Amino acid sequence: MARRAGALIAAGLAALTLAPVAVVMARAGEARLAPADLVALRFTITQAALSALASVAGAVPLARALARRRFAGRGVLVTALGAPFLMPVIVTVLGLLAVFGRSGWLATLGLPPLPVFGLGGVVLAHVFLNMPLATRMLLEGWQSIPGERLRLAESLGFGPREIWRHIEAPMLRSLLPGAALAVFAICLTSFAVVLILGGGPAATTVELAIYQAIRFEFDLARAALLATAQVAACGVAVALAGLFTLPAGFGAGLDRAAALPAPGGWRWGMDMAVITLAAAFLAGPILAVALRGAPALVALPVPVWPALGASLLVAVIAAPLAVSAALLMALACTQGARWLEPVAMLPMASSQLVLGTGLFLILFPFVSPAAVALPVTVIVTATMALPFAYRILLPEVRRLEADYGRLAAVLGLRGWPAARLLVLPRLRRPLGFATGLCAALAAGDLGVVALFATEQGTTLPLVISRLMGAYRMEAAAGAALLLVMLAFGLFWICDRWGRGGTAD
Amino acid sequence: MKTLGFAAGLLAIAAPALAETPVLHVLTYDSFVSEWGPGPAIETAFEAECGCDLRFTAAGDGAALLARLQLEGVRSEADVILGLDTSLTAAARRTGLFAPHGQRPALSLPVPFEDAEFLPYDWGWFAFVHDRKLDPPKDFAALAASDLKIVIEDPRSSTPGLGLLLWVKAAYGDRAAEIWQGLADNIVTVTPGWSEAYGMFLDGEADMVLSYTTSPASHLIAEQDGSKTAALFDEGNYLQVEVMGKLAASDQPELADRFLAFMLSDAAQSVLPTTNWMYPALTPAAGLPEGFEALARPVKSLLLPADEAEAARGPALDEWRAALAR
Repeated sequence: MARRAGALIAAGLAALTLAPVAVVMARAGEARLAPADLVALRFTITQAALSALASVAGAVPLARALARRRFAGRGVLVTALGAPFLMPVIVTVLGLLAVFGRSGWLATLGLPPLPVFGLGGVVLAHVFLNMPLATRMLLEGWQSIPGERLRLAESLGFGPREIWRHIEAPMLRSLLPGAALAVFAICLTSFAVVLILGGGPAATTVELAIYQAIRFEFDLARAALLATAQVAACGVAVALAGLFTLPAGFGAGLDRAAALPAPGGWRWGMDMAVITLAAAFLAGPILAVALRGAPALVALPVPVWPALGASLLVAVIAAPLAVSAALLMALACTQGARWLEPVAMLPMASSQLVLGTGLFLILFPFVSPAAVALPVTVIVTATMALPFAYRILLPEVRRLEADYGRLAAVLGLRGWPAARLLVLPRLRRPLGFATGLCAALAAGDLGVVALFATEQGTTLPLVISRLMGAYRMEAAAGAALLLVMLAFGLFWICDRWGRGGTAD
Repeated sequence: MKTLGFAAGLLAIAAPALAETPVLHVLTYDSFVSEWGPGPAIETAFEAECGCDLRFTAAGDGAALLARLQLEGVRSEADVILGLDTSLTAAARRTGLFAPHGQRPALSLPVPFEDAEFLPYDWGWFAFVHDRKLDPPKDFAALAASDLKIVIEDPRSSTPGLGLLLWVKAAYGDRAAEIWQGLADNIVTVTPGWSEAYGMFLDGEADMVLSYTTSPASHLIAEQDGSKTAALFDEGNYLQVEVMGKLAASDQPELADRFLAFMLSDAAQSVLPTTNWMYPALTPAAGLPEGFEALARPVKSLLLPADEAEAARGPALDEWRAALAR
């Protein structure tokens, strides 16, 4: 059942992401990539790879420290890890500048400012945005190590080094490539961060080249070709990650809670230092955003409120849609349909601008774009959010299949009873996390829907950009804070529900 | 309740107007229709006299507007496009979608302006905006020699960025590449659009930002803050002339003509300075709003004719990229 449904969804997903590119390509004659485009492609891949490596390199010690230490405020910190990822890009950049920039907090303290512009700045921003996400994905892995294995390790007298070698390293082997892949794909299509912090045309990405091709040159064929190159780069990354991923093979446990051993001494000091540093790095810009926005929050302009409603509506419909589709695809994928994996990653590598333009070309002859603004917004947002849900769910679904697949088959447990008795209870934590993430992403998304915007259906991100365009920077900061609060609130509720079933 | 309002809004658009009120569709950029832009006031005033329904459709910024129009082609339901600037009009004309406007208003632009298809509705000088306490450079060469930090917009994604590119080209011609090389160490970063650049400037990330001579007026009038001013350059400041045009395929050609004429009437022109923060194309009888008289006015205005701007864009872009991509 899941297999057929998964295949159906995958087909729909492929149609939704590839048809617009095909339509855009068909509109114009042949296209060729200019030498400048190849430079852009190289820079795009370099910055995405560096960002992915730096993010997971930071995420491993942080997730490990969070997994084995208990301290006051740990739960808050784990939830707050969702925040940076959900902030609108321009808000994030201004927040980072408020801390690390020329007139930032570090500079006022007399510390040398970090090189925030150029490749360093781009990677810094991407690490800020994505390391917390990677940390949460890895933390899931630590939390799903069966208690029995930890007890066995304890009775065998394993020290931290042996635990690393026999338990943590295999667990990471099953998760790390996927997490790195997710960050790589996000950074591949990152547009505004690279452009604002890149420092100039040396930092030109493929997405900017696409933007230029559509906006100024109206060279649709070239835009489609660039979008295809972007997807191809992501395809190579998916294949590479697949090569490195190995199942952890812990076997099923009985859900007996057992804490990870927390070695003392210098290891305690190291863990605490990692947590403190990461918390300070992440809290700084968030605090800056909150301080900027708070004064304007009390007197926000009226149009902000209906926009908040529209954003909330989109999030509430799109998130469950994305998560259920991702779950079905992940189930189908583990039941043998391996070809689904690259398809599920397609939206992440797709150029939002090409996707929006293609959908516009498909729909325009039949309906007024403004008339279908809401459905298109919901569907496109759900599509964009799906890969994130998929990446979070896939490792857990794999484990579920390995641990309980045979038992379920013997019992003839299928369809709805299987979902109710097996899938939903066992996947509650990742499902909550994924739903929260998708809802927050959906609330903050703007890219594709700009082409379909109407006067009535303005969402919060659009109102923010309009406020900034009207010299109302303070009101914009207030509205941005409201958006962050909405996104984080949605994330917090879902994540809380997911973690409700476990000890932490 | 908000949901209901939203759904009702969608329905209102989906269902054709039941009454036989003619509808005029105007495609424009986003900040024009926003609650803080000129759109709402213009809509009220025009609907009061035309007995029609004026509907704005927003499409990003000026460049996005042209792309949108090309996507829609002759099937576009738009009757009027409002918000292109003169660096885009040559490309817009080439689409063959526009009809001559046939109007000859006595424009108050600082340079002579003639265009059969496109009518200006407002204009402004590009300028580097800075704090009044700063002693500004007198030209690009002095700026390049200084250690002042500036934020500019990307000419590949924003019209002010493109304006700066043409400004340097118009002022320096073959020496443009040299000027850009000199400016390279002054440029903190290049942003995708105007608002990111301006926001970073206000946050103190740079000494100057590429904006308009009218930007200080928004601080003065809307926030009673007189601390910002704009630098005038000896080689002249480049103009941005915002234009509108009538589509040949319009099913409401007369209404479209009336709208173009209305946009140049006092009723519309007096709204623009304090909502779009630009100079009106035809100064209203009551003059400019208070605060505008305090603005710095360049002695020399630069503007490449539309065809030259179009021809200069590609090579200038390559020059710019080569000079800055060290």
